[in-house]
Amino acid sequence: MPTFVYMASCDGCGYCVDICPSDIMHIDTTYRRAYNIEPNMCWECYSCVKACPQQAIDCRGYADFAPLGHSVRVLREEEKATVSWRIKFRDGREKNFVSPIRTTPWGSIKGPAEYAPPSAAAMSSQELAHEPEALKVDVLPTLARSRLKKGLV
Amino acid sequence: MSRKTVFVDADILVIGGGMGGCGATYESRYWGRDLKIVCVEKANIERSGAVAQGLYAINCYMGMHWNENQPEDHVRYARNDLMGLVREDLGYDIARHVDATVHKFEEWGLPIMRDPKTGRYQREGKWQIMIHGESYKPIVAEAARKAASEVYNRIMVTHLLMDSRHPNRVAGAVGFNVRNGDFHVFRAKAVIVAAGGASHIFKPRAAGEGMGRTWYAPWSSASAYALPILAGAKMTQMENRIVLTRFKDGYGPVGAYFLHLKTYTQNAYGQDYEAFWRDSIEKMVGDYVNHHPVPTCLRNHALLEEVKAGRGPIRMVTKEAFKDPHKETVGWENFLGMTVGQAVVWASQNIDPKETNPELTTSEPYVMGSHATCSGAWASGPEDYAPAEYQWGYNRMMTVEGLFGAGDTIGGTAHKFSSGSFTEGRIAAKAAVKYVMERNKDRPEISEAEYTQLKKVIYQPLETYRIGRNEVVGETVSPSYLLPLHGLQRLEKIMDEYVGGISSHYTTNEPLLTRGLELLAMLKEDLALLGASDLHQLQRAWELQHRFLASECVTQHTLFRQETRWPGYYYRADHPHLDDKDWHCFTLSRYDSRTGRWDMEKAPVYHIID
Repeated sequence: MPTFVYMASCDGCGYCVDICPSDIMHIDTTYRRAYNIEPNMCWECYSCVKACPQQAIDCRGYADFAPLGHSVRVLREEEKATVSWRIKFRDGREKNFVSPIRTTPWGSIKGPAEYAPPSAAAMSSQELAHEPEALKVDVLPTLARSRLKKGLV
Repeated sequence: MSRKTVFVDADILVIGGGMGGCGATYESRYWGRDLKIVCVEKANIERSGAVAQGLYAINCYMGMHWNENQPEDHVRYARNDLMGLVREDLGYDIARHVDATVHKFEEWGLPIMRDPKTGRYQREGKWQIMIHGESYKPIVAEAARKAASEVYNRIMVTHLLMDSRHPNRVAGAVGFNVRNGDFHVFRAKAVIVAAGGASHIFKPRAAGEGMGRTWYAPWSSASAYALPILAGAKMTQMENRIVLTRFKDGYGPVGAYFLHLKTYTQNAYGQDYEAFWRDSIEKMVGDYVNHHPVPTCLRNHALLEEVKAGRGPIRMVTKEAFKDPHKETVGWENFLGMTVGQAVVWASQNIDPKETNPELTTSEPYVMGSHATCSGAWASGPEDYAPAEYQWGYNRMMTVEGLFGAGDTIGGTAHKFSSGSFTEGRIAAKAAVKYVMERNKDRPEISEAEYTQLKKVIYQPLETYRIGRNEVVGETVSPSYLLPLHGLQRLEKIMDEYVGGISSHYTTNEPLLTRGLELLAMLKEDLALLGASDLHQLQRAWELQHRFLASECVTQHTLFRQETRWPGYYYRADHPHLDDKDWHCFTLSRYDSRTGRWDMEKAPVYHIID
């Protein structure tokens, strides 16, 4: 279901242009508002819908197989760390769902350079960053070359 | 029009900021504290790659500390699913590290569901755990941004650069900024390709507006393959395209439905059909049909045969499971978390799975390296146990010096999914850091002549369009240029009709493949006449070039492997059986970009476990 933009709501901020993974949300040079330049390359991923501060973007199911009269609306609230959905069927039935999206504050991830530098011995081992602690097992598993068998088993 | 050239020097260049690229960026910084780590992405890493939309499950997690599975078990599972052929050394390597990756994701803030009784991660199936993954990609991108020296968004990388002194060593990459048109020249001591696999190389079922609703993201444009292929890297198992059984039209996932909700399939008359086809499958593939779980391709095969026998549509029986409100919520949130479009299809067609058993169908084929399939580059294995024939240097280094890969890029390692792709990025990155450090003073040299020539080639479609556009009234029909969509649709039609797409029930043979190659050769010539009206279309033009190269590679591999190894993915009608005597092997190709010639060879399969 490709996205479309409501003329009265869009203020041309360009957040959708910035986020769209398919590079199909562009600003119309006449109206100074966003629009979907290539609906047949829209994955309906909702990245632009979620990013729009004005809730100006919606989706209309792909014309080849989706009858009109439905809607799937989303509100992603980073400060509440939730995403809320409202599904409206063509016949008017509704379903609502809310899910958590994150358990830690935004921006709180500890970068890899904030950990103590690895030793030279670690560099030549097979362990990756934070191992074996992050594996929660004592040692990283390995195999012996002697177990290799060529061909059918 | 003159274009600004921007030079970027890096120690490690990561191409693609999806799961594999974010993993590579993070790990590069951990081991290479003083190195310049640059990540370049054609979209915005906040929402890019196959996980842009989110995921509702992590499909590769061992749970070693709960003694749920060991890496050996995962190797057996992937080998079985891929009909005996996987790079077990690489698969084991991912499996032994993947738990640490998932534990970090949880620490970073990804909501992973817990089983209320055991306190462990909520299992969807033996390998899958359930997550609230709407923000999976933003969380992972945050970690990558904290690791990178620089992240370049909206740059489409088109070609790798080679060392002017060592023809088989990578030296960087070139591309263009999709927003301002600047030409970018990246010089790097090591390059990690973590770009996307291939959607839209076979004609999709929806050919109108809905062509965007492919199962794999439409922005997965085969750069994972085209970049290494052009650099002369060997590729493997490129014939092993994947076909997905999914909910009709939206391609909504079925994993949680089968595994967690315990829904099941039946034909139009309410009959179980998989058992019906068992004996005929055994005649094609032998004992592989008796393995548990039944390989994905064989389950596809049973569905296809049932539909061909006139007993479609196939439906997922959801009405029973959806009586449970918890299961109903899981069923819907599963889509909202990763395939919103399926919820839209059901809403639009008044399909409430509590009252209607929804239809299933099989998708068009895709080429990728991270799902239940394993196309990609031929890579060196882990130092501690890989067989000598799989080991020529650093872990995950391709057959080109200094060129590493992860995720969809690396072949032979099925079932890595999101967590495994991130993990493979980490594995590749540690090896790349080691490679760079061991060559401290040794920086590859790029040739000005090479990148200047590439600059001309890259922007040519804008020029071709500009000149040709003045020749005709209107824009879309010109004798002098093809628009990217024209080229894409021709490619998809050729692949569909000659290389085993939906219209031929995934069936091909040598004469069809040979004819397909003739048509591809003409398309290749025409691609020199691509016309792009603006920078967005220029991106589409180069995506098409990448898809083309991957398609040619797929066709060559399909021609080379004279058997039907994965019925349900594709059929060689002239070799309709699985043939372990001659084809229990990997197929390898190498492309010579000077001559346009493909060299094919076989490589042995090593099994590391019983």
